[in-house]
Amino acid sequence: MRVQLFVTCLNDAVFPKVGLATARVLEAVGCRVEFDERQVCCGQMHLNSGDEASGRDLAVRMAEVFAEAEAVVSPSGSCVAMARHFWPKLAGDTGRIAAQKTFELSEFLTHRLAQGLGRGWTPEFAGRVAWHSSCHGRRGLGLLDQPKALLRQVRGLELLEIESEDQCCGFGGTFSVKNPDVSLAMMDDKLDALEATGAEWITGTDSSCLMHLAGGLSRRGSRLKTIHLAEILAGGAD
Amino acid sequence: MSGGGITPSDRFEKAVKLTLADGQMRANLRHATTTIRRKRQRAQDEVPDWQELRDRAARMKDDAHARLPELLIQLEERVQDAGGRVHWARDAAEAREIVAAIAAGYGLNRVVKVKSMTTDEIELNDFLASRGIAAVETDLAELICQLAGDRPSHILVPAIHRNRREIQELFRRTLGADLPTDNPAELAEAARLHLRRTFLAAEMAVSGANFAVAETGTVAVVESEGNGRMCLTLPRVLATVMGVEKVFPLWSDVELMLRLLPRSSTAERMNPYTSFWTGVRPGDGPQEFHLILLDNGRSRVLADPSTRETLRCIRCSACLNVCPVYERAGGHAYGSVYPGPIGAILTPQLLGMEHGEANSLPGASSLCGACLEVCPVKIDIPRILVELRAKAGVKPAESAGLKAAAWAMASPRRFEAAIRWARRGRGLAPLLPGPLSGWLQGRDLPEMPARSFREEWRRSR
Repeated sequence: MRVQLFVTCLNDAVFPKVGLATARVLEAVGCRVEFDERQVCCGQMHLNSGDEASGRDLAVRMAEVFAEAEAVVSPSGSCVAMARHFWPKLAGDTGRIAAQKTFELSEFLTHRLAQGLGRGWTPEFAGRVAWHSSCHGRRGLGLLDQPKALLRQVRGLELLEIESEDQCCGFGGTFSVKNPDVSLAMMDDKLDALEATGAEWITGTDSSCLMHLAGGLSRRGSRLKTIHLAEILAGGAD
Repeated sequence: MSGGGITPSDRFEKAVKLTLADGQMRANLRHATTTIRRKRQRAQDEVPDWQELRDRAARMKDDAHARLPELLIQLEERVQDAGGRVHWARDAAEAREIVAAIAAGYGLNRVVKVKSMTTDEIELNDFLASRGIAAVETDLAELICQLAGDRPSHILVPAIHRNRREIQELFRRTLGADLPTDNPAELAEAARLHLRRTFLAAEMAVSGANFAVAETGTVAVVESEGNGRMCLTLPRVLATVMGVEKVFPLWSDVELMLRLLPRSSTAERMNPYTSFWTGVRPGDGPQEFHLILLDNGRSRVLADPSTRETLRCIRCSACLNVCPVYERAGGHAYGSVYPGPIGAILTPQLLGMEHGEANSLPGASSLCGACLEVCPVKIDIPRILVELRAKAGVKPAESAGLKAAAWAMASPRRFEAAIRWARRGRGLAPLLPGPLSGWLQGRDLPEMPARSFREEWRRSR
């Protein structure tokens, strides 16, 4: 299967490792990965910040790029939720067509493995890893156990879970800079819970939440580090 | 003072600095919302067809709102047929005048109150006080707020920001109660003794309404303590202030609401005290009944198809209890008697999106979606928050950054140039519009990598 990698603007600019890891995982389960350089941003940041016109413009551009693909896979639950729920509204038929074939990485992998594809794929990662559930993947795409089930297949990995998994970490896009006080209060509670697991790593489906948590961990001087799900599934950090 | 109205005096991001600093309040809220969240989930899980019930309730509300004028006129006729009087209030000021005139008409200088969001919305208590009429709250939590001079901070649990010890101290001071401990039963008993005298002496009650039924002219109040029942049955005069969106066409419509509301709000299977009345009945209950139908911005909310489902709200407060922003900010930060996620969409719409303080409220959300998940009438609060952010418009300071980012992102080549620029300046500014200081307040920025993904991709393939 030919898969178009929807890397997301944030991964492109700041976390290229996550994009490369995603491509490696997809290849490991038998996909041919392509990257259309016309892609930039899904439009979510602008839409959620009140600039609907710019959000629409960016969404239309992305939908046009991906409407031609066989399948589109992204290492971001949030950007895929944007595509699925808002592109049809913002970009009409093209948006609908693109949205229908756009999947978040763990969602796509779960589906592919269930079909018996990617049998030779045996990820390894040594370490204690705490799971962070991102809201848009969780509530927008229904990603509950799927990513954790993938992590349980990783040899050497000890998966740690927190009771407040369904509570937002406080990132929320530009909410994090426009309402920093509440955002940080939410982050602190989340970090307390994650640190209490005794994990060495925090992983999740979204670089955005992880960037926020990593920023807080760094400020705390914590030894806990963040790593994207794709990096773990690709076999570990570089 | 109690009540408090719906007009915030500060923008949320500013007001929240004060409330976040109140460690006691945050601890109280955290404890209370965590408990009620778990209970609500259990109450929902007991109902196998919960999701279908939500769909039906949403449709029922939408259908009623689509024929609101007709239903309200039918309600008016039925209430009048049953011996009640109906008043129409365009806004808070008209509604307050009507209630004050009713009390004055009977020569009364004191009314007892059933817990009511609508009368809090119109700041009735303060207005009555200015006319020499004392309004006495009889709901335990509203009484606590009134005695403490607090504003309510939660739709269902107005004193959620107070803990038992604080209430013990308050009752000692204001009621002269002999309270050796902060045992909840003893606190409630102290309030009961105080209120019992009040009920027996009351000649007029003021209430809100949870529902009204157009076909029968029936009005309903749903409450847990029985104080409402006292107010609705003992005094000679009853005035009910009801938002126009609360009417249903049929008596049978209420059944579904009575299944959804208690489980969503107090996590109870069945509501303890549900009072229905239809006009007046000679020799039994109030002998004068006034129904005040309040608009106060609701027609304007209904006029916008993209956001009108906001008015489906049945004030259960489930969205407050699951909201991570509400849990930390507390109700007072919203500056309105409608706090939390529902308040963040209802308040600015009632006031109009041009309201410079209220239009900050749709920003008071990380868009995590927990509110939609629990809403018994399926209001898509996250979607409406986004719609309202667009209607509120972008502040000039943020607009420049967003426009610059949109310009850069509209072209892969420009985007790549922006990334290079950010790398050289060791700054994410063009990729993270908005005040960077907000980020740095409690977080470090990630290191920029040597190459972007697309550069890596080109090298490796």
